[in-house]
Amino acid sequence: MTLLELRKVDKIFGGLHAVRSVSFQVEKGSIFGLIGPNGAGKTTLFNVITGVYTPEQGEILFAGKNIAGLRPALIAARGVARTFQNIRIFRAMTVAENVMVAGHHLHSASILDSMLRTRRYEADEQALSKRARELLEILGLADLAGEIAGSLPYGSQRRLEIARGLMLSPELLLLDEPAAGMNSQEAQTLNEQIRFLRDQLGLTVILVEHNMAVVMNVCEKIHVVDHGETIAEGKPAEIKAHPKVLAAYLGEEAENEAVS
Amino acid sequence: MRVAIRTAIAAAVLLAIYGLGLGVEAGFNEYVQRIVLLAGVNVILAVGLNLINGTTGQFSIGHAGFMAVGAYGAAFVGVKIAPTIHGLLGTGAAADAVVFNLALLAGALFAGISGLIVGMPSLRLRGDYLAVVTLGFGEIIRILFNNATFLGAATGYFGDDPSGLPAYTNFFWVFAWATTIVILIHNLTFSQTGRSLTAIREDEIAAEAMATPTTRLKVTAFAISAATAGIAGGLFAHMQAGVRPEDFRFEKSIDMIVMIIVGGLGSISGAILGGIFVAVSLELMRDLQQYRLVLYALLLVVIMIVRPQGLLGNRELYQLVRRRKATRAEGA
Repeated sequence: MTLLELRKVDKIFGGLHAVRSVSFQVEKGSIFGLIGPNGAGKTTLFNVITGVYTPEQGEILFAGKNIAGLRPALIAARGVARTFQNIRIFRAMTVAENVMVAGHHLHSASILDSMLRTRRYEADEQALSKRARELLEILGLADLAGEIAGSLPYGSQRRLEIARGLMLSPELLLLDEPAAGMNSQEAQTLNEQIRFLRDQLGLTVILVEHNMAVVMNVCEKIHVVDHGETIAEGKPAEIKAHPKVLAAYLGEEAENEAVS
Repeated sequence: MRVAIRTAIAAAVLLAIYGLGLGVEAGFNEYVQRIVLLAGVNVILAVGLNLINGTTGQFSIGHAGFMAVGAYGAAFVGVKIAPTIHGLLGTGAAADAVVFNLALLAGALFAGISGLIVGMPSLRLRGDYLAVVTLGFGEIIRILFNNATFLGAATGYFGDDPSGLPAYTNFFWVFAWATTIVILIHNLTFSQTGRSLTAIREDEIAAEAMATPTTRLKVTAFAISAATAGIAGGLFAHMQAGVRPEDFRFEKSIDMIVMIIVGGLGSISGAILGGIFVAVSLELMRDLQQYRLVLYALLLVVIMIVRPQGLLGNRELYQLVRRRKATRAEGA
């Protein structure tokens, strides 16, 4: 079953055609890689899927419904969670609070309930902090729950972003360079955690990543973009050997000759 | 059981405030009493403004406008409903209390609605639009009152009685309201709504990506903040014979901002301290007249250099104490 489908999506910034007629399908329960050289339009695609940008053309079908142009909060509430390339945690808040923010579906108390500290408020707070603790546990951050998020080391901040995204109880998780700045051991742990999310929580994951050890290891299908256009799609082994992919990453032979 | 316990605590607190009020009225002259009342009004203003400027990170620089709406609204409604209420309940202190509190709530309602009208268009967008719009609103409101003949125009509104507005405001009402508002806003801040507001301040794009209804929450927080300023305005109005447009000039908005910056943006205890600080320092600087603004500006510059997070940062007083205890325990 297809969970997410992009149909001929275009995104244009002034004179820059950042995404040009990109289409792909992501199967439910799969781990899908989105790769390409710097500036290829990977993060733009994430922003289009999550509603930060409205595409000029094309459709984005999530669970069969077109979500192109909806507000980010609505798309998130429908079950699309994401992390950010340049970490966007709520720095002044504690680790647990960061995660609890995303728990809107566990929250039914009104503002008046909160102001008067009614039973409904207390039930909500308990449900939120219990769920947050479970997720922090999964990502190995439970011991840091009370720390100020901005004071965490880089790798922990990235994992905190994942925990926060999971609090939405999403179906689809978009990870934007989750291994950036991690050493090979941390990246290995991340691999395991991504697999855990899919196997145990039934999530579908789309991964933008430059760390090929992570991408090739964990993804079942990889989609390659360059200059906003699709250049290849296939299994990791196919992508590794694909001439266009090699050209995009290493430069074409003709260019090499011209340089040398 | 729960409700009974809470009612008992509330009654005890109100009784304590009442007793304290009697003490202050017996022990201090009118001049000191007035400063104490102003400090209480300031606490309400600062805690309300902190909700939007500190917690939510959306800068309002025209909050004197909402205070003015509350002051005029409460004064006008109070004068108009007094005959009916007195007809029903007699002319005792209880009837006065009913009139006064209904008037205050009416002022808060007017101020809250103005907050909605100002906030709805300007908070839809990300960025500092609110600052520009509230600056304009503060001035427009003052000029409107300056020209509204049924509210006394530039002379101010003194009610229908030649002796002016009734002096309902006393220690008990100011501090009963201040305590109530501090508790309500504290509870709101430390709830899912408060966390969402803080998340908007920290990173609005990320908050939105986490399904936070940012616009609705920002507008709600702003309306609550405006309504709070309205209560403060109503209390202020009934401290003197009348309300005048010049009581709500731009300087008043600046005073409020000083209160929350001195105490530490985002800290409720900081706002309380800041409110008291401004009430006292305004009295100490009374002889300097308009030069106090220069002093304030200097003070703000010094705070920005020496302690940009304000007295308490965005933490609460009790959190700091707890943290200190925790570190001491670790050290031992």
